[in-house]
Amino acid sequence: MSRIAATFEHLRQQGRRALIPFLTAGFPDLEHTVPLMHTLVEHGADIIELGVPCSDPMADGPVIQRASEQAIACGMTLRRAIDSVAQFRWTNTHTPVVLMGYANPIEAMGYPTFIARAQDAGVDGVLTVDYPPQECTEFAAALAAAEIDPIFLLAPTSTETRLREVAAAGRGYLYYVSLVGVTGAATLDTAAVAARIPAIRAATGLPVAVGFGVRDAASAQKIGAAADGVIIGSRLIEILEAASDAPEMHRAAGEFLGSLRTALDQPHGAAQ
Amino acid sequence: MNRTTGNSPFSQPDEHGHFGRFGGVFVSETLIAALSELTDAWRAARDDETFWAAFQHEMAHYVGRPSPIYHARNWSQQLGGAQIYLKREDLNHTGSHKVNNCIGQALLARRMGKTRIIAETGAGQHGVATASVAARYGLPCVVYMGAEDVRRQASNVYRMKLLGAEVRAVESGSRTLKDALNEAMRDWVTNIADTFYIIGTVAGPHPYPQMVRDFQSIIGHECREQMVKLAGRQPDEIIACVGGGSNAIGIFHPYLDEANVRLTGVEAAGKGLHTPFHAAALGCGRAGVLHGNRTMLLQDANGQIMEAHSVSAGLDYPGVGPEHAWLQETGRVQYVAASDDEALAAFHALTRAEGILPALESSHALAHAARIAPTLPKDAIVLVNLSGRGDKDMHTVAEYGGLQL
Repeated sequence: MSRIAATFEHLRQQGRRALIPFLTAGFPDLEHTVPLMHTLVEHGADIIELGVPCSDPMADGPVIQRASEQAIACGMTLRRAIDSVAQFRWTNTHTPVVLMGYANPIEAMGYPTFIARAQDAGVDGVLTVDYPPQECTEFAAALAAAEIDPIFLLAPTSTETRLREVAAAGRGYLYYVSLVGVTGAATLDTAAVAARIPAIRAATGLPVAVGFGVRDAASAQKIGAAADGVIIGSRLIEILEAASDAPEMHRAAGEFLGSLRTALDQPHGAAQ
Repeated sequence: MNRTTGNSPFSQPDEHGHFGRFGGVFVSETLIAALSELTDAWRAARDDETFWAAFQHEMAHYVGRPSPIYHARNWSQQLGGAQIYLKREDLNHTGSHKVNNCIGQALLARRMGKTRIIAETGAGQHGVATASVAARYGLPCVVYMGAEDVRRQASNVYRMKLLGAEVRAVESGSRTLKDALNEAMRDWVTNIADTFYIIGTVAGPHPYPQMVRDFQSIIGHECREQMVKLAGRQPDEIIACVGGGSNAIGIFHPYLDEANVRLTGVEAAGKGLHTPFHAAALGCGRAGVLHGNRTMLLQDANGQIMEAHSVSAGLDYPGVGPEHAWLQETGRVQYVAASDDEALAAFHALTRAEGILPALESSHALAHAARIAPTLPKDAIVLVNLSGRGDKDMHTVAEYGGLQL
């Protein structure tokens, strides 16, 4: 069983939901990436999505765009993001790490090289935003052969047929994009998300994690009542951005994640 | 007349939008449904005679087509070799070939019941054409433009505003065309129900490269008829500039099966291909994924997209349409490059010899014509796509010559 599957299974047995923070590798600088990953785990992260910065993040809102630009300016690359995972694994062998990014850095490295390095480093899943399943069948198969989960997105606009196609291609979990828009948008309709989850569950045995508009404990809790996992990205990056110095950044990130953890672990009816 | 040839080896793309290993649909899941809807609507429109009748009507009465072909006798004589003919897309309403595609996509938008238009623009030609067409059809229009380009192309920004469009300056990334495209995609993803995104070139995810090509192919179809009437035969060589490549594909595509017609695309060599300041994605790039398709891209070793450079803002794009990448790979079309200096020299030469001010983009194609014409016999025929007029470039040309207007 993959580390991601084991994590969801363990949580399921406890009746808990996965808390999945997203962190842009290299933001705010190279040296804080791995320490921040550990901070997130200490304060309740079950899985970490590590964003590989890209010059043209088409699906991202302004917050992650800014973070990506700063990370690239700091010298973050796909190679270094993989190295960060390897370093994280020196002291953490239980928390799954998913690399999330865009296709071109992977194509530039060559996907066989990428997969070999990711496997060596202890990467558990890969989510490539602009690789829909039909454009990456070989890549997804090669990932699976290396015991790395190819993770795919589903959107509110995905048709029933599409839902089944994506569900058949994905492993680890399905990432449900909670709104029609870019990351960090402020228009999340938690009731609409909850209403959509049963149709997804009917098409897949995979856990369903929800992201793109979750900003606080209240929305995390409402999403958590319906989904298996909650992904939080832009809001976390904003908190890192706002911190005056490194200790404050770790403290604020920990406090924020802790508040989400507490909310998620409350009985599911409590959100109503 | 806009149909692609049936059983040609060049009847691409396949049903998923692939031109060989290039093209495709490399987008986030959030755009998949919208692109499927667009693909279905486009397929239906493509087979509908009434759609093409409406398109032809607009081409004749709003754009002023067919655009003439002009035999540049003076310039040909000066160059001392081949006869140079110019396809006068500069005479179209709004001043370039861009309007052909805007009309086509706007008609499709209306057919689909979309009530809002968005577009990206670099120099502003596509933005102006889109804003004009949006005004013509009474559709609200938002044009995304890199903040750096907004500064450089102030008069086109003003033109778009006069036409009723809202121009949004994009402050992310390199603040140029590629970032405007990213931002337009983000708008589309957010407003998918009512919005139609008019992409200005043969790039983007399927069906855009095919759809834009089919609208622009009116250029080549006209040439096939006009050349026979004017010169008694088809040209020996056709030359067009390539940024994203819409004017080039428009004139090349109806000739792909004519093995005797040599086809040459000219990229912007900027300050030189040996420097980092050029826009030659086909000449110097590597295959990769950007803006929804796999194509040739200017990128660094880590797969980050690099900024392109050209004196002509319209060629200033780090990628190229996927069909061009494929046509290069098959060898059917050859791609060369012309520098800023060569383009400017051709600009001045044509202006003085023929009284025609070409756009700086088109001047790259003219530069290559000037290079080869002297090596060819006097009865050889070279057809250049004069894709736009140069009035918009007065400031750039003056500045390049050390003058301030």
